[in-house]
Amino acid sequence: MIKNFLYSQKVAPYVFVLPFVLIFIIFWVYPLLSSFGMSFQKVTLGQEASFIGADNYTKLMGDTIFFKAVRNSAVYMILTLLILIPFPMLFAVLINSKAMWGREFFKSSFFFPALTSVVVAGTIFRLMFGEMEGSLINSLLGMFGVEPVKFLKGQTTGFVALVALASWRWMGVNMLYFLSGLKNIPDDYYEAASIDGASAFQRFTRITIPLLKPTTIYVLTISIYAGLAMFIESMMLWNGNNSPKNIGLTIVGYLYRQGIEKNNLGYAAAVGIVLLIITMVINLTQLAISGMFKKEED
Amino acid sequence: MNTGTLRKILLFAFFSVLCLLILVPFYAVTIASFKPGEDLIRYGLNLRFDLSAMSLDNFVFLFTGEHAYFTWFFNSLLLTVVQVVLTLLVSATVAYGFSAYEFRGKNLLFVCVLLIMMVPFEILLLPLYTLTFNMGLMNSYSAIILPGVAGAATIFFFRQYLRGIPKEMIAAGRVDGANEYAIYARLILPVMKPSFAAMAILNGMNSWNNFLWPFMVLSDENKYTLPIGLKTLLTPYGNNYDLLIVGSFFSILPILALFLGFQKYFIDGMTAGAVKG
Repeated sequence: MIKNFLYSQKVAPYVFVLPFVLIFIIFWVYPLLSSFGMSFQKVTLGQEASFIGADNYTKLMGDTIFFKAVRNSAVYMILTLLILIPFPMLFAVLINSKAMWGREFFKSSFFFPALTSVVVAGTIFRLMFGEMEGSLINSLLGMFGVEPVKFLKGQTTGFVALVALASWRWMGVNMLYFLSGLKNIPDDYYEAASIDGASAFQRFTRITIPLLKPTTIYVLTISIYAGLAMFIESMMLWNGNNSPKNIGLTIVGYLYRQGIEKNNLGYAAAVGIVLLIITMVINLTQLAISGMFKKEED
Repeated sequence: MNTGTLRKILLFAFFSVLCLLILVPFYAVTIASFKPGEDLIRYGLNLRFDLSAMSLDNFVFLFTGEHAYFTWFFNSLLLTVVQVVLTLLVSATVAYGFSAYEFRGKNLLFVCVLLIMMVPFEILLLPLYTLTFNMGLMNSYSAIILPGVAGAATIFFFRQYLRGIPKEMIAAGRVDGANEYAIYARLILPVMKPSFAAMAILNGMNSWNNFLWPFMVLSDENKYTLPIGLKTLLTPYGNNYDLLIVGSFFSILPILALFLGFQKYFIDGMTAGAVKG
């Protein structure tokens, strides 16, 4: 009887998706709701929590360190978008052109950095951007007569190191996304355009860019997410969650500091909820502007 | 020389320079792992290739010295294998449920899959941390493995893949008298093999390099994974560069070897999420 029930075509699909439902509820819905609840409480691990209304949020709005973290995350996100979308797109188009030697070799080497863990990559970059005269970047600058720079002590130079790390790790991956997008553009389009007398630049702006739009939207979406949620990169570059004058502090870094380091879980939960709102607002706006939702309807 | 050849040479030169820039950090780490850690403290990470200052001492220390490096290494290996096998099995089953049937609530559930891909995991860190603490799962591997078992990106990829499998196959299975689960296990799973390779490699790579959540859960040094172990070599009071650099270098090798052997699958896995126009 039970066997017949479980084996029926009506019940089987639910059995198949059951693991997802369970994990979604236990590890996503429940934590999300409890995070929301925690943000209205004073919570310390192992102790009874107490309801304090919107106090955490009010306090957050007057917290200059929090705003510093938001600004850092936003600047980092914008810089990575400015570098990690146009350049990989251009490189993908160039590497895809018929007149290219060693395409497979270059594709692979550009991908190498993505294989490293953020711990290893962060350590390498911290040492490369070291303040000594002999450190890699400073020794290169020295060749041009530039005095050694204390990269990780300044706001701007610190971000140079941070963005360099991100560019190094993800350039090749984003290039691969664009290459797989290019594969879906039929060659005839370019041939027809050439016959009509379109220049290479015109073909790029009139055919390549518009037809790569779905790929661009995808890369944009994941880059916004990754940019706003960045934490470990900064933690590795500054060897901990404390950078001088918080120059490398990010939203998740602040969440970690308040929640884990200071055991101020309610306040940290409020930071998380703000991050969730920022991410969703930016991404949904971006998707709406680019017409993603409209497309699914027709 | 015609313009076509000139163009080829220019493009090749341009990408060679770019490639050199990208490979410089690997070169620097490679030569640093042959130099004493003291050199790194005094001169920083550099490009100087000086054979007289180089030796195999760090590698000898890595393989024979007193440290927990290989404990961490095998922990990572074990965790990666378990995580990949479980994630693949669970995600494939779920994806099959989504692609083979029409059922009430299907669309809503699929939106949940997409939602997971859009909500930053980081905001769940604290509630997951308290949940793990309350369930008494701190310092256990199950706390690391369980939340990721139904991988949203993996489900998404398998579902796309299964769309290409003809429905007639399932119908034929039913005609032959197989039940729903036997159809999945005997007919569908074997057909999915190629897609398993791509997802195994992508999940394996992520798992091997995973850091933040395991770092929060694990506190026992003997349970550390490789990235956590390497991170603990850096302390505010001084860094164990001798082991750190050679250990970092060595930690890249297995995944690099895997990449060189299975390039196609890495790339398939990576680009799987990108929507087609």
